[in-house]
Amino acid sequence: MSLGSLYALIAVGYTMVYGILRLINFAHGDVFMMGVYFAFYFATLAHMPWWMAFVMAVLGAALLGFLIDRIAYKPLRKAPRISALITAIGMSFFLENLAIVLFSGVPKSFRSVYPNFFNQMIILGGHTEIKRGREVIVDALRIPNVSVITLLVTAAALFLLWLVLYKTRVGMAMRAIAMDIPAVALMGININMIIGVTFAIGSALAAVGGIFWAMRYPQIWPYMGFMPGLKAFVAAVIGGIGSVHGAVMGGLLLGILEVMLVGFFPLTAGYRDAFAFLILIVLLMFKPSGMFGKAEIVKV
Amino acid sequence: MERKKLTSNTKLILTIGFVILLGLGLFTVQGNCNSYIVRIISLIGIFGIMAVSLNLINGITGIFSLGHAGFMAIGAYVSSLMTMSVAQKDTTFILEKVSFPFNVEIFSSSPFLVATLVGGLVAAFFAFLIGWPTLRLAGDYLAITTLGFSEIIRIFAVNATSVTNGAMGLKGIPSYTNVWWSWGWLLVTVMVIGSLLKSSYGRALKAIREDKIAAESMGINVFKHQLSSFVVGGFFAGIAGSLYAHWLTTIDPKPTTLGIMLTFNALIMIVLGGLGSISGSIIGAGLFAFFSEWLRFVESDMNLFGFHIEGISGMRMLVFSALFIVVMIFWPKGIMGRREITWDGMYGLINRFKSGKVSDEIKRELVESEGSEEA
Amino acid sequence: MNSSLLELDNITMKFGGLSAVKDFSINVNDNEILGLIGPNGAGKTTVFNVITGVYIPTEGRLDFDGIDITQFKPHLITHLGISRTFQNIRLFQDMTVLENVMVAMHHELFETGGDRILQKNGKDTYGSSGIWFWKSLFKFGYSKKEKEMEQKSKEILEKLGLKKFMNDKASSLPYGEQRKLEIARALATNPKLLLLDEPAAGMNPSESTSLMDLIRKIKEDFHVSVFIIEHDMKVVMGVCERIVVMDYGQVIAHGTPQEIQNNPKVIEAYLGEEWEDGQG
Repeated sequence: MSLGSLYALIAVGYTMVYGILRLINFAHGDVFMMGVYFAFYFATLAHMPWWMAFVMAVLGAALLGFLIDRIAYKPLRKAPRISALITAIGMSFFLENLAIVLFSGVPKSFRSVYPNFFNQMIILGGHTEIKRGREVIVDALRIPNVSVITLLVTAAALFLLWLVLYKTRVGMAMRAIAMDIPAVALMGININMIIGVTFAIGSALAAVGGIFWAMRYPQIWPYMGFMPGLKAFVAAVIGGIGSVHGAVMGGLLLGILEVMLVGFFPLTAGYRDAFAFLILIVLLMFKPSGMFGKAEIVKV
Repeated sequence: MERKKLTSNTKLILTIGFVILLGLGLFTVQGNCNSYIVRIISLIGIFGIMAVSLNLINGITGIFSLGHAGFMAIGAYVSSLMTMSVAQKDTTFILEKVSFPFNVEIFSSSPFLVATLVGGLVAAFFAFLIGWPTLRLAGDYLAITTLGFSEIIRIFAVNATSVTNGAMGLKGIPSYTNVWWSWGWLLVTVMVIGSLLKSSYGRALKAIREDKIAAESMGINVFKHQLSSFVVGGFFAGIAGSLYAHWLTTIDPKPTTLGIMLTFNALIMIVLGGLGSISGSIIGAGLFAFFSEWLRFVESDMNLFGFHIEGISGMRMLVFSALFIVVMIFWPKGIMGRREITWDGMYGLINRFKSGKVSDEIKRELVESEGSEEA
Repeated sequence: MNSSLLELDNITMKFGGLSAVKDFSINVNDNEILGLIGPNGAGKTTVFNVITGVYIPTEGRLDFDGIDITQFKPHLITHLGISRTFQNIRLFQDMTVLENVMVAMHHELFETGGDRILQKNGKDTYGSSGIWFWKSLFKFGYSKKEKEMEQKSKEILEKLGLKKFMNDKASSLPYGEQRKLEIARALATNPKLLLLDEPAAGMNPSESTSLMDLIRKIKEDFHVSVFIIEHDMKVVMGVCERIVVMDYGQVIAHGTPQEIQNNPKVIEAYLGEEWEDGQG
């Protein structure tokens, strides 16, 4: 389930951008990756305490997301959709290659960044036995602390997001833009700024997701954002693209199903990535707008 | 207003002349240039097929497909498994022995032409299977689903060790591809797809791209037409895949070589050249090949103003993607837009050049294109 | 007495909980010009969309020339002989005027499903077949059939006064000509019934007068029945032989222009001020 919540965090970013711009931001997964690297370097090079490194990384990612929109997507607001999409793909590769050049393609370990506390396990149940002269706990349910914390942080982040979207004027503007851009522009709201903020928030969430991901799978490398990004997008689509709670549901669902699949059929482990796509395809066959999506009614 | 046109006989002679010139050109290249350049020229041919087939689907019919790499992978694997000899397969498949039918003599050491055709046909078949459920979806969902299928194919390749040798890929594929095969197939691709486009069928595809609902209301079975376009595109993607595998002599199912990266490269080519223009796609393919090789220099050690800068690997792709983004921002329509290089077009150009009208037109077009972007 | 060409039998079209069209029953006869009028939002275009298969009716039956077309998709219905124009112009903007018209003949070559239905019902087929697809892959110029298509298209353009724009992009035409092009395109599908959705929209009085002449000429030259949605009362009263009046998704009156003008229900619901404007 913690995997699911990670997907959910990233998926929300995708769905927010899509809801407003109808753009699949392929670079989102790479912002995720950059956020992790930011955290890594803030902690190791700048010798910040881990919690500060994390916060700075999230802020840095937000800024990055904002810049990406400003530089690459804003000029293409009026261009055909496929051009914007290809630029997004281009941006994705740009970020990946930038990471290779700056940080080298060799995987690094994230372990050194955060205290061991995260790796320790909560042990539920079980009993002690003597094995090879030492006391050992067996038959217990072991949950890494990090998983629990991930869930808590995700819940907190999503709650914050809900607050922003529904209780602030900026959030209201974001929701309005998702429905009707020209009308909102006529109301004197600075569309580009709101869009930039949307990117920033989505990227920040992705970075949070990234950091916790890296704690769970400590190997980090420049292409680490590719698969999770793709699967998060699948999650967003499953939930109905454009819908925030859909993205969350989709993410959780995907995470749970994926873990269950590997749990019950260990032989299919290699196929677990393909599984996400399979779910997507099957779902779209029966409900083309995803779980919570709205079907677009075309006026003839 | 009827423009001056050439007679179809004149055009036929011009076309045959062009093909002969092309052949002579290739002959010269093969005989006189160093092997590196010859290989690049072969690659351009392969890229051309990749680009034109993708353009048929994305640019001309307007189907937003991101699954091209999947079809190329199928073509690559099927044809390679057919051309490799049984002995070669035995040495390569060390994790698990290669399964039926590829461990049998009949399906090994096949002639290149046959293997490539089979690769294309199998790819076309999968295009049919994939297109059938997928083409009912709307634009962006379609994109993600085709991408998904492409990934599923790649992941299958990584895991099905008895068929594809899993993550180790195939090595020792006979190096059959040369300038003749690649440009020969490119010629076939252009002739077939070009012929398709000039016919009523091609008009129907363009109509679908312009307005699906209006097209359907004018009697066009949009789904069937989209599906056939998808299958034809998939067929030639398979051909390109086969040629590519026999150019590289290995297949490595990593996401960066056989996954979305490959599709993306093809996308770059067609967007650069102009979505919806066959001649544009070939130009785009050429430019792509040229730039990716030319940019190698940024990775080597350089002497700049007396400072010795060490080469950084990966810099090439970085510069490439940055350049690409810049191009997309300033020229989203690509070089040719939707126009083609045709004999009539060139004849008209020469005539207008003679009467000095060309510079006026260029001026007018620049003004128009600025205006239309604001519209 | 004209025979019935198209029958709408208790057609109901629901979107979610909302009925855009309810219990709608009318006939369109052979060789007639029928008008459909009603206030905005009455459901007129929805009726067109149901007839042409863009929407499948929630309830009811559609019968065309003896064939039950209720569940058919648009391309089939067009092949069987119903064609239309759109309220918001839907031309193939990036293609030339000539290409727009030629595309409308494509179904003659390729619509094999439609041909099978025609054959089953004992009607003439177009001789379409899958062979054309394969032929298209391997020929390098126009086939004889396609040259015919080009010729016929040019003739249609000539009849509508559009031949001079033949090689221009559809998007470059002035508004009035674009509307005419949509009609030319619809005629190229070889229909028995032509649906025109607000053809006079945005036209000034002299343009709408030529439109009226055009519609009459089309009925004569092309042997089609015409079913028109229109708000311009001068055109409706001047050109239609019969009129159906709609409000809130239902028929509230039908008859000749005289009868409609004097029908109190119609006057109350709709004609009111409008008629006085059009009358002048």
